[in-house]
Amino acid sequence: MAELSVKHLLGIKYLNEADIDLIFETADHFKEVINRSIKKVPSLRDITIANIFFENSTRTKLSFELAEKRLSADVINFSAGQSSVKKGETLIDTVNNILSMKVDMVVMRHPNPGAGIFLSKHVNASIVNAGDGAHEHPTQALLDSYSIREKLGDVAGKKVVIVGDILHSRVALSNIFALKLQGAEVKVCGPHTLIPKYIETLGVTVENDLRKALNWCDVANMLRIQNERMEISYFPTTREYTQQYGLNKKILDSLDKEIVVMHPGPINRGVEITSDVADSKQSIILNQVENGVAIRMAVIYLLASKIK
Amino acid sequence: MSQKVLLSSKEINIILHRLACQLLENHTDFKDTALIGMQPRGIYLANRLKKILIEEYGVKKIDLGFLDITFYRDDFRRSDKPLEANSTKMDFLVENKKVVLIDDVLYTGRSIRAALTAIQSFGRPAEIELLVLIDRRFSRHLPIQPNYRGRQVDAINQEKVKVHWKENEGEDIIYLVNK
Repeated sequence: MAELSVKHLLGIKYLNEADIDLIFETADHFKEVINRSIKKVPSLRDITIANIFFENSTRTKLSFELAEKRLSADVINFSAGQSSVKKGETLIDTVNNILSMKVDMVVMRHPNPGAGIFLSKHVNASIVNAGDGAHEHPTQALLDSYSIREKLGDVAGKKVVIVGDILHSRVALSNIFALKLQGAEVKVCGPHTLIPKYIETLGVTVENDLRKALNWCDVANMLRIQNERMEISYFPTTREYTQQYGLNKKILDSLDKEIVVMHPGPINRGVEITSDVADSKQSIILNQVENGVAIRMAVIYLLASKIK
Repeated sequence: MSQKVLLSSKEINIILHRLACQLLENHTDFKDTALIGMQPRGIYLANRLKKILIEEYGVKKIDLGFLDITFYRDDFRRSDKPLEANSTKMDFLVENKKVVLIDDVLYTGRSIRAALTAIQSFGRPAEIELLVLIDRRFSRHLPIQPNYRGRQVDAINQEKVKVHWKENEGEDIIYLVNK
């Protein structure tokens, strides 16, 4: 069997197509495992994993922790809020202190883009990027593509529109890399102010009209407005944003074909997506969450097999 | 690399029928029995035995599952080659059933050790038996012996037993290969 071409998962940018295939095939097996009555395998008995979160997270942190425990790894959790980081400790010092407790793998979320890459160059452990600022969120993009593949049979040739706050979204960037790598067509849609200026250089097209974008696509991935990353106003009011870019049942039903609706969570119901759409049968939001565990098990398993 | 034929198609057929009869002797109607073929190579043998039992000995229904043991192996991170997973297909629980693990070659016994752990994810069987086509005695690392064996061979470590099946390689034949 092939193995991953990388030692760390820092971003989709560093993966090749074979890596993604391998992760998906492995995730298929783990999906079967997590649907058994006993959902645990003993593979990673002798591996210790630290989940280091310098930024808030519910889904990703729970999903990683569950994936690690289902693989029988020992898990330690660390949140920056309750730690010595507040006392002025540097990132490398924090992580090296944790590593001296014989930790093999670090899953890290950090508000600074490139934090994972920086860490991988300075510490001796396998690093998994669980989101670094507005840069990448590779496991989210993998589980999104995996969910598309599960629903539509394949990712290649599919038309995917990513709607909303592209500028501040690591999910958007990782998704663009992952979808392009697998041969999908990608469009981004949102107000001018939330679309990065040179986004076309990544091989995507831009559409400012939501209806046009939805009529074009097979899959719509709705993103949340990341107010926590906005220091200035990018649009007049939330209400106006919702009127222009919110996905509601009326628009969805008026389209020529049935599209698949995705959302990486957390959802702001009534802003980027209405409740009846989020809970409709066209939405695969909860499948994404379930697949997240299988994908993270696959990533951790494959990276752990390279730790000697 | 030299190879010699260990068992011909005709010999394999006779052995399969004997193994089916031995299973029949102990499990009669297979009502409380589950046959479990071990991935990747044990599934051919398991399929073949099920077919013989149903078509030639009139058994009505047999539970047959395929078990992959990759995630239960004890050489994760210790072997040079990455471990390749296969799919597990178990449409039933093994709770209180008589389980027969089926594999083509029994060598060190480590796969069977892993299978004994893996099977627990599907319930607590009443008992577990082991059926193998080729038993390489003197090569065991663990105290594991088969309940049913097709043929016992004395192969040294440099030798490899290669089992070919009609469904996969086009012909039923077993070779002893000198690596």
